[in-house]
Amino acid sequence: MAKVTISTRQCMTNPLRLSQPLGAALAFLGMDRCLPLFHGAQGCTSFGLVLLVRHFREAIPLQTTAMTEVTTVLGGIENVEQAILNIWERTDPELIGICTTGTTEVKGDDLNAYLTLIRARHPELDNVELVHVNTPDFSGAFQDGWARAVTRMIEELVEIPARGCREQNRINVLPGSHLTPGDIDELREMIEAFGLQATFLPDLSGSLDGHIPDEFTATTLGGCSVDDVHQMGNAAWTLAIGTQMHGAAITLEHRTGVPYRLFDRLTGLACCDDFLAFLSEISGCPVPPRYRRLRGQLVDAMLDGHFYFGGKQIAIAAEPDLLWTMTNWLHEMGAEIIGAVTSTMSPLLEQVPASEVVLGDLDDLETSAAGANLILANSQARQASERLHVPLFRIGMPIFDRLGTAHITTVGYRATRDLIFTIGNLLIDAGHDPTPATWVHEEKQNMPSSAFNILPS
Amino acid sequence: MSDLKQQLQNVFQEPGCATNQAKGAEARKKGCTKQLAPGAAAGGCAFDGAKIALQPIADVAHLIHGPIGCEGHSWDQRNSKSSGPQLYRTSFTTAISEQDIIFGGEKHLFHAIREIVEKHDPPAIFVYQTCVPAMIGDDLVATCKAARRKFNKPVVPILAPGFAGSKNLGNKLAGEALLDYVIGTEEPDYTTPYDINIIGEYNVAGELWQVKPLLDELGIRILSCISGDGRYHQIASSHRARAAMMVCSKALINVARKMQERYGIPYFEGSFYGIEDTSDALRQIAQMLVERGADATLLARTEDVIAREEARAWAQILPFRERLMGKKVLLNTGGVKSWSMVAALQEAGMTLTGTSVKKSTAEDKERVKELLGKDAHMWESLAPREMYRMLRASEADIMLSGGRTQFVALKALMPWLDINQERHHGYAGYDGMVSLVREIDRTLANPIWSQIRQPAPWDRAEGITYATVKCL
Repeated sequence: MAKVTISTRQCMTNPLRLSQPLGAALAFLGMDRCLPLFHGAQGCTSFGLVLLVRHFREAIPLQTTAMTEVTTVLGGIENVEQAILNIWERTDPELIGICTTGTTEVKGDDLNAYLTLIRARHPELDNVELVHVNTPDFSGAFQDGWARAVTRMIEELVEIPARGCREQNRINVLPGSHLTPGDIDELREMIEAFGLQATFLPDLSGSLDGHIPDEFTATTLGGCSVDDVHQMGNAAWTLAIGTQMHGAAITLEHRTGVPYRLFDRLTGLACCDDFLAFLSEISGCPVPPRYRRLRGQLVDAMLDGHFYFGGKQIAIAAEPDLLWTMTNWLHEMGAEIIGAVTSTMSPLLEQVPASEVVLGDLDDLETSAAGANLILANSQARQASERLHVPLFRIGMPIFDRLGTAHITTVGYRATRDLIFTIGNLLIDAGHDPTPATWVHEEKQNMPSSAFNILPS
Repeated sequence: MSDLKQQLQNVFQEPGCATNQAKGAEARKKGCTKQLAPGAAAGGCAFDGAKIALQPIADVAHLIHGPIGCEGHSWDQRNSKSSGPQLYRTSFTTAISEQDIIFGGEKHLFHAIREIVEKHDPPAIFVYQTCVPAMIGDDLVATCKAARRKFNKPVVPILAPGFAGSKNLGNKLAGEALLDYVIGTEEPDYTTPYDINIIGEYNVAGELWQVKPLLDELGIRILSCISGDGRYHQIASSHRARAAMMVCSKALINVARKMQERYGIPYFEGSFYGIEDTSDALRQIAQMLVERGADATLLARTEDVIAREEARAWAQILPFRERLMGKKVLLNTGGVKSWSMVAALQEAGMTLTGTSVKKSTAEDKERVKELLGKDAHMWESLAPREMYRMLRASEADIMLSGGRTQFVALKALMPWLDINQERHHGYAGYDGMVSLVREIDRTLANPIWSQIRQPAPWDRAEGITYATVKCL
């Protein structure tokens, strides 16, 4: 049981938190032929865009309503209207996802009313879906924005299913923002191995997995299509991955009657067992031999790896669901979590296997990570890692100084096995060789230094 | 907001700016920001510009008063280097919440300043305004004034909320803050007749250090660089320089001009990109210093250094000529002066397919025309779709641009080189131009290109010949 504390400092130092609108934008980026739009000043878009470009090493379609001081004060309906029309003319999208920002939320722009008016004025926009989501960046964080955008898409796009058209082999998956395109691919493979077909809302593996399109595309390069979302009410089950998706799963159930099952994490032996057992149960298929083999390999990796994890002190900074996943898995491997920092509230935080979880910043992480064997955080923790001489394993977002972030995989037996190897190897490297001073006890260290000075002076 | 309005008018009236002076009084009042098209805009906001201009000052604590989206997405992203203090890479923000918006954020801000003073005790704190506090009416100037009095330390308000305008406007508003609160407030430890300011150089990828050894050799001291590898004390005492070079002309012209007006420091506009440009810049610096009392032998010594360095640079570029001969370059830059790079690329044997002139002056455009001939393609702005088409159609062999358009080239399976502010290679001075040519060669010569452009065997015209035994 962890004590959850909120940092009382007035000056956030080296922020961990990313904004709600950015999380919402990433959710829209998992939709096919989509263009997310920030309703705010152009800097809101520009900063977010650069961050995503550097993280994924991909072009990121993201537009702005380019609010100025005057339009902000007078209200931004003209800007929203013009932005939608411009995007529609230039890029021919299927979906425009509109995320508000702090500026337009403070003013109180009523997007619901704006879009009703714009729809009435422009029948030519009938074939474009417009979904808006309220994401002020003065509250919540990245994963909240992501979850809100997914919930809003369910509310706006999922059709109420007709009686009796439920397909037994079709399921919905609502992945949290902490899952990478690689994770989605891994999940799809597992699900299809049981003869099930899954709709992922959203599906980053279609858009940000790093494929080469045949021609220039100004919208997203793939992802979940609007049509797939329309049909989600016909599925037999919804799987929500990460507690952030709980609300979206409930919304979907209320709207369509599709029951859901929440998996709080999929990294580690026991939780993957539960997941595969569930897939086996709902599909009526036995677990395929391939996954039985992978399970054996994971057990073996745990045996080989536990020597290096046992008793190691690890500090982690991540959004709640990713923090939950990594702390629990490391705890299961025998490591001790000496620092846990997160960005936003979550019902899980009190159960994190650490003595304390701080809602704070990377400065809090740096304080707690002194003397740790390893830090897990995003690339922004590189300065802390250098100052403390503690190695950094990069998780979360942004990761701008490593290749292949889209394919970092943490879900399922195979990914857990590989994670043991990668992090275990870091812990092997970080081991300290003994020196003549290693076994010298405190009281003796107060003797004249020359007594221990074995180096030639 | 009246402070901001005043600042905006100051900037819009800038007499040092040729574009500005060509306008009538009414047009000038409206300002220099082009109307942005919602849904079709690209580029940063005024806050972005202000931070870019000032954040390289290394020993100052930069505190951003705003919601998390302003600072949380953008800190420690720029590759601007410091030779000493690293405090500028630590991010400070009030990350204001709903409560601040309801009750006002001034107290929150004041306590944040106190925490920075207590923990880091920097020589100064720069406090940046953003849209939300500007809207709710947080009085940044008054808060900074109170903090300055309380902590007995410079606390400088930077009034450039994002919605005030473009990145470029933000650069200038940052300059106004320096003029109002920093420059001329301290005295240098000593002065020499060889003291200069370099204005608008940010030491990205250490580019200032590609030029500094030459100045050192000539005995010219950079009293203050605004703002690359800068220190608060240097900038506060920069008003004692003898001459100034203004590097990125569109960014901080107001600083250069007002320092001439207030302190009599003459300036010229120059560039360290390109071999000739670097030589011209060195010549002008020497000339100005001599006019203002430096020993006249400086001129001859400068010519010696120029002759030596130019010969060395051309000699180093020569071996690449054969390999790069006829290669077509698409140059798509913002701040970097197009024509000065054009000359160097041509010298290395390459031809220019075209270049963007978005931020170039009329004079720059003439130079480009002169260099490229009458067939020159010049774009005010080039749509990504058109870039992609040109690259796919092999109208260019390589694109040099900023990170935003990187993937337009790469997805067209064409070589690309980063020449924007996030770049990791310095391209300034003589050594920098050699580096640029070397990097272009390295990129073009990479063996991946021939492999990745081959379709998979099953996608080739001839297809796969299947064995007679059929798969069951």
